[in-house]
Amino acid sequence: MRQLLHDLLRSLGDSVRDLMPIVLVVAFFQLFVVRAPLPDLGGLLAGALLVVAGLTLFVRGLEMGLFPLGDTMAYGFARKGSVAWLLLFGFALGFGTTIAEPALTAIADEAAKVAAQGGAIAPSDAARSSYAYGLRLTVAFSVGAAVVLGVVRILKGWPIHWFIMAGYGGVVIMTALAPPEIIGIAYDSGGVTTSTVTVPLVTALGVGLAQSIRGRNPLLDGFGIIAFASLTPMIFVMAYGMAIG
Amino acid sequence: MNVLEPLVLAIVNTLFDVIPIAAILLFFQLFVLRRPLAHVKRTLLGIGYVVVGLALFLAGLEKALFPLGRLMAEALTHPALLGSAGSSWRDYGWVYAFAAAIGFATTVAEPALIAVSIKASEVSGGTITVWGLRIAVAIGVALGVALGTFRIVTGTPLHWYIIAGYVLVVIQTVFAPRLIIPLAYDSGGVTTSTVTVPLVAALGLGLASAVPGRSLLLDGFGLIAFASLFPIMSVMGYAQLGEWRARRAARLRQARALQDQPF
Repeated sequence: MRQLLHDLLRSLGDSVRDLMPIVLVVAFFQLFVVRAPLPDLGGLLAGALLVVAGLTLFVRGLEMGLFPLGDTMAYGFARKGSVAWLLLFGFALGFGTTIAEPALTAIADEAAKVAAQGGAIAPSDAARSSYAYGLRLTVAFSVGAAVVLGVVRILKGWPIHWFIMAGYGGVVIMTALAPPEIIGIAYDSGGVTTSTVTVPLVTALGVGLAQSIRGRNPLLDGFGIIAFASLTPMIFVMAYGMAIG
Repeated sequence: MNVLEPLVLAIVNTLFDVIPIAAILLFFQLFVLRRPLAHVKRTLLGIGYVVVGLALFLAGLEKALFPLGRLMAEALTHPALLGSAGSSWRDYGWVYAFAAAIGFATTVAEPALIAVSIKASEVSGGTITVWGLRIAVAIGVALGVALGTFRIVTGTPLHWYIIAGYVLVVIQTVFAPRLIIPLAYDSGGVTTSTVTVPLVAALGLGLASAVPGRSLLLDGFGLIAFASLFPIMSVMGYAQLGEWRARRAARLRQARALQDQPF
């Protein structure tokens, strides 16, 4: 019991330390630069308490639930030895988690507005929503493909930097070809696709796979799936902008 | 009352986020792997913690920090604070400072980055520390976002910055310790998540609408891209620094050992 309480207090302390910088930055700029008092101090404190409690629970749940689950499934697939199922799982995980991602939905709606203003699509609601949906499908597909590619790379033990450089080359070429209005959105979409629940799972999957295959180094081979998942959407979104425009 | 409503909303949103993932995991576990989970109760409890924790976290941010951060981004980019016209990029000092500070602070609190750091520290046997990696990434985001605001202020094209960044990353890849490279690439993607994106995006859009002659659509986006490119460089730099220090320590030890040798 005492051990449990001790653990809980320590992880609460960790969360407070994690959040301290934000609180300090916001307070400093509010008081000394904007020179306005903090509005609604009570609400601010209540919110901060929620954030601390939430972060503590999240990290605890990560170690109890998500990490072991990702590990178990990685070992399970390695033991089963079926590459096809593993790749299908990777694709489903990438596609399924991205299509529902709220940040992506927001970016897609914004992009549809841009396209309508630029005259690439008809300025009607129907055209806009079909454009946004198409964009979301494109990004989700590209993340699914990225996870598949990442898993194949772990299985084969190929060095990651060739893929990244090829990806960068792709981004640069597409930048030259794509309509300028889509570029900012395309670059941003690479960053927003990887959500807080997906990242731990995909990381645990990659590292677990690298650990259960002989001759693979978990640090060298296990990481890198997230990198693919943030690179491919840029290329695909620019391609989408070109195809529609 | 007004605490409860965003809380319920956040739990519902998080559930919607988690349900497709849970369905995929469950399907493959039950029908493809066909193996019962080892610690069902513990795992389910852990997932429950993740959902509730994330919901509380988001509700708290939405309640307290996001509105304030957005207001602040607006206030700092407001002509009244910018003073005289705001015609030169030098007039925006506080904006760069705020961009760097908020980039650093939000990254330190980013749950996805905490997850990756825990895993990296576990796998590396403690060579990479949780805290060290997070600080390295946060410094990268701070530099990236500050440079990104400078780009919006000056109105220079986004893709030149990104392409120059790519060239630097490629050069660093040649020289950095091999083991850090995948992790460095990954840290670019994880930094920009639940905490960083809303605040940084608000800053970009606010700035693009405040600086005369900027287009919201052409210039308002792109800050996230800076925030996901620069950590790649700072994490490789962190590893290079560690390697350099280890090498120097070894050299010093060797020199001392030579000195101590009797003639």
